[in-house]
Amino acid sequence: MRRITIWLLSTVAALVLLFSYKTSTMGAGGETSAIASGSDGSAGSSWSGTDDSGTDGSGTGTTGSGPSSGGTSGDNGSGGPSSGSGTATGSVARTRWGPVQVKITVVNGKITDVSTVQVPDGNRRDQEINDYAVPILRQEALVAQSARIDTVSGATVTSDGYRESLQSAIDAAHLR
Amino acid sequence: MELDRRAWVVQVMGLPVSVHLRGPEVRTDAVAERVERVFAELRGMDAVFSTYRPDSVLGRLGGALPDPATTADPVVREVVELCEAARVRTGGWFDARRLPLPGGGTGFDPSGLVKGWAVERAARHLADLPGHDLCLNAGGDVLLRTAPGRPAWRVGVEDPDRPERMLDVVERAHGAVATSGTARRGTHITDPRTGRPAEAVRSVTVVGPELLWADVYATAAVARGADALDWLATLDGYAALLVDVAGRVRATPNWPGSRPAGQTRAA
Repeated sequence: MRRITIWLLSTVAALVLLFSYKTSTMGAGGETSAIASGSDGSAGSSWSGTDDSGTDGSGTGTTGSGPSSGGTSGDNGSGGPSSGSGTATGSVARTRWGPVQVKITVVNGKITDVSTVQVPDGNRRDQEINDYAVPILRQEALVAQSARIDTVSGATVTSDGYRESLQSAIDAAHLR
Repeated sequence: MELDRRAWVVQVMGLPVSVHLRGPEVRTDAVAERVERVFAELRGMDAVFSTYRPDSVLGRLGGALPDPATTADPVVREVVELCEAARVRTGGWFDARRLPLPGGGTGFDPSGLVKGWAVERAARHLADLPGHDLCLNAGGDVLLRTAPGRPAWRVGVEDPDRPERMLDVVERAHGAVATSGTARRGTHITDPRTGRPAEAVRSVTVVGPELLWADVYATAAVARGADALDWLATLDGYAALLVDVAGRVRATPNWPGSRPAGQTRAA
């Protein structure tokens, strides 16, 4: 269970980084680089919810994993379906327009929503961030989830193309 | 407790076919023997229907439409009748009668229907395994069954432009997820109105109760082109996700994944 929690947190960290990147390059003269707070260890992500084993109760806080430990590449190696539910709140990222924080909602192991819990106020960037960055976050969350799919539906895979396919990796994990 | 899970993969009909089972007896010889029957049936159907084999029933016909009244083989009769039903149900956009044949020329080629039909038929060998869940993937078309109380299977929908990435993930306990498109083999779906390859749509994924029809509808939608989503939305019990040639991703209102209807690709 711990593994899944950490996986989610590292995803959050990666999402925050991505978010920072996108927002920092949106405006003119985007020379200001945004830094997710996880990178300096001063703040963490938090996770609350239930999971398979029930050993982590609601409201359990966990210190965040640094961005270096996670990624959205989808090869985190977690196996089997998770039935964890709850929300994970990412670190506060400092962007050129102010602090940004995202929250991921997970139901039965599936990311069902990605939303911002803190956006810079006092300017029209709020709307821009919500319109532009949140769909990207949603997409990246889906990519991160692909580590835990059972099978892949795609345009006809031929025998030749099978070897490099994601399906062949999934099959290989269960051939015994 | 995590369920025991086992996979079998065989190349048949020119496709990789993967059978995944979850349940207490997946390591038994009895279950393995059932799985072998699935593959044997698919090989048998390939020997009848492959247009790539000169010695198959279809190969010997050389593109001629088998006459249901005189065809002795009941499976050939059934497929001919289903192809006609598919042509009617798709408003003519699935039409097996005048397709480019592997040996050149055009003629009757039911391959686009035979795969889904044969897989559904072969999966019957695994029907009465109580307490076992089935996920059968034949070259990207997926058939699913789940015992009561078990988690649904999670099916990734491949991005036609980046096959290592997923456009969406749908959770299904039963039924089918079928994808047709131009991603893997180039343009291989023919527009029946022009006789030329259909190119307006990159891929269509259809989710619904029956693999045969999910696959037929996905193929017809690719042939149909830009307005296919409106037609897909009229199909009772089926939902669809469509990627057009410009990379726009749109879904029918009842699409079960996380993409809202009409949403376009971010970024």
